[in-house]
Amino acid sequence: MAWTREDICRVAALELKDGYYCNLGIGMPTKVANYIPENINVTLQSENGMLGMGPFPLENEVDADIINAGKQTITELPETSYFDSSESFAMIRGGHIDLSILGALQVSEKGDLANWMIPGKMVKGMGGAMDLVAGVKKVLILMEHTAKDGQPKLLKECTLPLTGKSVVDMVITELGKFDITPNGVEIKELAPHVTLDEIKAKTEAKILI
Amino acid sequence: MANNKVFQNAHDAMQGILFDGMTILSGGFGICGIAENITEEIKASKVSGLTVVSNNCGIDGFGLGTLLHTRQIKKMISSYVGENKTFEEQYLKGELELEFSPQGTLAERCRAGGAGIPAFYTKTGVGTIIAEGKETKVIDGVEYLLEKAIKGDLSIIKAWKGDESGNLVFRKAARNFNPPMAKAGNICVVEVEQLVKTGELDPDHIHLPGIYVDRIFEGKYTEKKIEFVTLREE
Repeated sequence: MAWTREDICRVAALELKDGYYCNLGIGMPTKVANYIPENINVTLQSENGMLGMGPFPLENEVDADIINAGKQTITELPETSYFDSSESFAMIRGGHIDLSILGALQVSEKGDLANWMIPGKMVKGMGGAMDLVAGVKKVLILMEHTAKDGQPKLLKECTLPLTGKSVVDMVITELGKFDITPNGVEIKELAPHVTLDEIKAKTEAKILI
Repeated sequence: MANNKVFQNAHDAMQGILFDGMTILSGGFGICGIAENITEEIKASKVSGLTVVSNNCGIDGFGLGTLLHTRQIKKMISSYVGENKTFEEQYLKGELELEFSPQGTLAERCRAGGAGIPAFYTKTGVGTIIAEGKETKVIDGVEYLLEKAIKGDLSIIKAWKGDESGNLVFRKAARNFNPPMAKAGNICVVEVEQLVKTGELDPDHIHLPGIYVDRIFEGKYTEKKIEFVTLREE
């Protein structure tokens, strides 16, 4: 039985360590915040210029000047600080952020990441993703194991334009948790009832056994 | 203190500085912290052929989106433009030029432009299409690419409070791209929610010193717009 999206977020949240500064990407990565273990202290950075992001607001707490990088309303915490975009990316590019969690279209066995552009379709832009993967200490990808048409997304080489080269450290999909190593993709954990044969059938990248 | 930075409204503040084909640097992230009064005035001026440097391009019918609607923008330099249908239509028809710059690179290119730094090396974008045609260099075993600074003819900025000397205080996440954009324009025009007398702001709490600000006025605002109101369950 493959993991649900909730399960994926829960597994991802276990990668967070006490004292970490983390940046969570738009979509499923944002939801990881709901599963941070209560006994650890993690500070969330939002690249539009906020450190110490709180939960989404109640209706009476909404403030148009407090938004996250996905332009959603958010709340502040006692430890919150605000700063401008160049300071925000100095934090990111200077290696001060411990972990970045992002989505992906494709990941290669060398850790190349493609997550911002499909040629021929409307291109929305990379936002801060290229800066994050180039500068953050550890990059964790949450994605579906295969594309909608069944094609593998964990590949030998990415075919889509890259966001970064050799930048991904770990991938979590509905089938399991995988480390990107210099020798290939290492299985760290399988979802319940998922077999090695299923992984092999749905993965193009070299799987280390 | 008489220093002639203070103007009565957007119309007065924008006199004599707009011209066709100019480059405008805009603060803001999404529609948070954008200079909406100044943008309306640029729209009314009908100035055209603009190159606009801004992280995003507003939304349909608000912010920079209104200048797309009137076809005053020739080229955008941005990191993300996904929030705007008019943008998509004009871009796909080839009516609008677009240069993508990664968000941190964009912020730093403007910061550098205002700090007299002509270019800088960064790891961001190495091995991607962003690196095409750009000089690269290996420093201590790591490959970097050279990104050039951005300067503009005009910076359009929104702050929370400002004083008559141009000192600015921003509010919460509405600071975003405003300081780096303010520093990189030949002329910087600022709209503020509250214009106060010089001396009323604590000098230790100024986010952007007045040296970067040429013109300032108190804007007119209704309710602040929000792109995505997202709530939690009680």
